[in-house]
Amino acid sequence: MQIINKFNMSLFARSANEGFARSCISAFAAQLDPTLEELNDIKTAVSEAVTNCIVHAYREKLGKIYITAEIVEGGVLKIRIRDTGCGIENVPLALEPLFTTVGGERAGLGFAVMQSFMDSVRVTSKVGKGTTVLMKKRIAPRITVNG
Amino acid sequence: MAVEITIKGEVVTACLSGEIDHHSAAGMREKIDEAIDCNMPSILVLDFGGVSFMDSSGIGLIMGRYRNLQKIGAKMNITGASPQISKVLRLAGMNRLAKLD
Repeated sequence: MQIINKFNMSLFARSANEGFARSCISAFAAQLDPTLEELNDIKTAVSEAVTNCIVHAYREKLGKIYITAEIVEGGVLKIRIRDTGCGIENVPLALEPLFTTVGGERAGLGFAVMQSFMDSVRVTSKVGKGTTVLMKKRIAPRITVNG
Repeated sequence: MAVEITIKGEVVTACLSGEIDHHSAAGMREKIDEAIDCNMPSILVLDFGGVSFMDSSGIGLIMGRYRNLQKIGAKMNITGASPQISKVLRLAGMNRLAKLD
């Protein structure tokens, strides 16, 4: 599929960047003229993926998060969020709602939110190498009524 | 990120504002817990009226407070949630824990 527009960024896995990443993707996705609900879905999914990198992939370490977003033919937004952190041993288990490896107040709903709010979510991971989350969402063109 | 606490009898209301994510949730948690500890309410109202965005970190925040309230036999009400916040709350089944207005 033809790529119409694309951007890359890398940022430190600092929690202050969660909001920054959401804003960047949101501004980029705005080109597709999404509804407010669609835009919020994208922001929420990105927030979850970026938080996972900070909380799970790097934990106490300050690593880098690599984000690529593409607008492809047919109004599809593709977002890839990658880390080079600890990796996930058992991806299907990690995708289970309420599963979490950290204590405290993580709800274990990050992937459930991504899966529910995006059209598709693919997670690939290698222990010790890192994790990549690829998410897609099609933004349907809005019907405009004249007069 | 801000939390404003108001107390009326046995009801403690925490008016939250800004964005709730992993970055901001910890500070909010501290302020709400302090209000619970100091006032031992029978009802905690979490007012999301001023919150423009919330991800699942907000669910962790709610669930943690819910557990603390259970220990003192108190209830929780959630109010002022925008459509975006309501969608996250519904996904997490929060309607089973607290009364949602």
